[in-house]
Amino acid sequence: MGQLNLKQKLWSAGLIVLFFVLWELFCLASGMSDLVLPRPSQVMETMIRRFPVLWPHILQTLSTTMIGFVLGVALGVLLGAVIGVSKVAYDTAYPLLIGFSSIPKVAVVPIFVLWFGSGSVPAVLTALSICFFPIVVNIATGLATTEPELEDVLKALGASKFDILWNVGLPRTMPFFFASLKVAVSYAFVGAVLSETVASNRGIGNVMMTASSNFDVPLVFAGLFILAFLGVVLYLAFSLIEGRITGWATRKNDLVAT
Amino acid sequence: MNRMHVKQLAPPPLDHAGQSGPIAVELSDASVTFGRGDRAVPALSTTSLRIADGDFLALVGPSGCGKSTILRLVGGLVRPSTGVVVVGGREVAAKALRIGMAFQNPTMLPWMTIEQNVLLPLKIVEPFRSEFRQKRRNAFRDKAHALLDQVGLGGFGPRYPWQLSGGMLQRANLYRALIHEPRLLLLDEPFGALDQFTREELWSTLQTLWVTHRPTVLLVTHDLREAGFLANRICVMSARPGRVIDDSSVPFQRPRTIQMTFEADFVALNQRLRDLIVNARSAGTPEGGHGPA
Repeated sequence: MGQLNLKQKLWSAGLIVLFFVLWELFCLASGMSDLVLPRPSQVMETMIRRFPVLWPHILQTLSTTMIGFVLGVALGVLLGAVIGVSKVAYDTAYPLLIGFSSIPKVAVVPIFVLWFGSGSVPAVLTALSICFFPIVVNIATGLATTEPELEDVLKALGASKFDILWNVGLPRTMPFFFASLKVAVSYAFVGAVLSETVASNRGIGNVMMTASSNFDVPLVFAGLFILAFLGVVLYLAFSLIEGRITGWATRKNDLVAT
Repeated sequence: MNRMHVKQLAPPPLDHAGQSGPIAVELSDASVTFGRGDRAVPALSTTSLRIADGDFLALVGPSGCGKSTILRLVGGLVRPSTGVVVVGGREVAAKALRIGMAFQNPTMLPWMTIEQNVLLPLKIVEPFRSEFRQKRRNAFRDKAHALLDQVGLGGFGPRYPWQLSGGMLQRANLYRALIHEPRLLLLDEPFGALDQFTREELWSTLQTLWVTHRPTVLLVTHDLREAGFLANRICVMSARPGRVIDDSSVPFQRPRTIQMTFEADFVALNQRLRDLIVNARSAGTPEGGHGPA
C-alpha cells in the first residue's frame, strides 16, 4: 500500500514537471513572443526578482481570502445545522439556497463596492459569499441524511437533542463538511481575486490587472503561479486535517479483520 | 390465556414517580399507526401489557407482528398513536429508568472504535456521565479492556466496526446495552446473526447477569428455544397488526442449562408456542410478513 502510494506521488510529480517542460519547449520551438505566452523559466525568474514587491500583495490576498473563508465557514455551518436538523426547514429553505448559489458572484461584486467602497471589504465579502453555499448545502445534507438508526442508539439512552447532534449528527457530517471545505477554500480564492481585479489597489488580482495593462505578461503569469501555489497549499492543508478526522469514512482494505 | 401473575393485578404505580415500583412497564390500550390517511400502516393494534419489576418477558410471534414496535414504544423511540405507555412510573422512559437497548442490527457508530462504541452509554447516561468527564476516561478504559477481554472481543477495542465480523458486532451490540448496568433491558433479537454455540454461550451469560442483577428484561425473539431458556414469561403475538394472544409463564428452575432445552417439558412448551404462532400466521393477511418485525 505504502509503495503504491509513493509510486502514485512520483507519477503526479512527474506529470507536473512534464507539463512545464513541454510548455518551455513549445515556446522555444515556436519562437513565441513573451508578450503572448512567456516561458515558465521567465515567469519563475520574474517571480523571484519581483518577490519583495509581490509579497505584500500575496499577504493581502491571503488574508482577505482567509477572513472571508473563516466567516463563510462559520456562517455556513450555523445555517447548515439549522436547516439540516429539521426536515421542514430543509425542504423549505433548499430552493432559496439553490437560487442564491446560482447567482454568478461576479455580478455581486459591483453591489459590494457600491455599499462598502473598494478595497478589502468587498474582497472579504465576495470570498465569503462564494464559499458559503457549498458549506451550507453539505452540512445540511449530511445532517438531513443521518440514519435514524444511529440516532436511536442515543435516544434510547435518554440523550438530549444536543447530545445527539454532538455525538451522531456532527461526526456523521464531517466527511461532507471536509469535502465542501476543500471546494470552499478554492472558491474563496476565486472570490477574493475576482473582487481585487474589479475594485482594489492591493492584492494579487490587482497586480495582475495592472501588469496586463502594462503588457508585463511574465508578471501576469507570475501572479497566476502564485495563486495556483497558494490554492494547492490550502487544499493540501485541509486534506491532511480531513484524513485525520474522517479516516473512518474511507476504509482501507488491508486492515480488515478476518 | 394463562394469567398466572399475581403482580399483574396490582394497581399501576403512578404514585411512585421516578422510582421503580412493582410494575416496571405498562402499556394501556397502546396502539401504533405509521403515516396518515390512505397511507396509514397499522403496526400494533390496541395492546395492554404489564411487566413486573425484575421480570424477564419474551415476546414471540410471526414476522411483522409488531414485536419490535412494542420494544420501541417502551424504549421511547416511538410514541403511541393511542393509549399510554408508562415506564418506571413515568411516560418518558429513559428519564425514569436506566435503559439498555440492543437493536436488531448492530448499529455501531462507524466513526467510533469498538471500545468507544461499547463505552458510549457511559458518556451519555448519569451518573457515569459526570464520572466519565472527571476521570478523563482512563478508569473506564481499563473497565472496557477488562470487559472486552471477558466477552471475547479482546484486542478488537481499537478496531472500527467495519473491521469486525457480524458475530463480533452482535456481541459488541449486546455489551453496549449492558455496560451502564441498566434497570430495564430491551433486546431486539440480539442473538440473530450468531452461530448456535455462540448464541447458547451468550444465553448463559445473560441468564447469569439477570440472576445476579435482576433487571427487568423485554426480549423480542424468533427463537422459541431462546425464549424458553431465558424468560420467566412468554407472550405470543398475532399477525400484523399484532396484539397479545397468549401469555404464559415458564416454570423451569434456574439456573437453566442447555441440556434442559431438550427435555420433554421444555419441548412440549415449545410445541405449544409453535402451534400458536402457526395459527396466528395463517390467520394473518398474506402480506403480513413484510412489515417491520
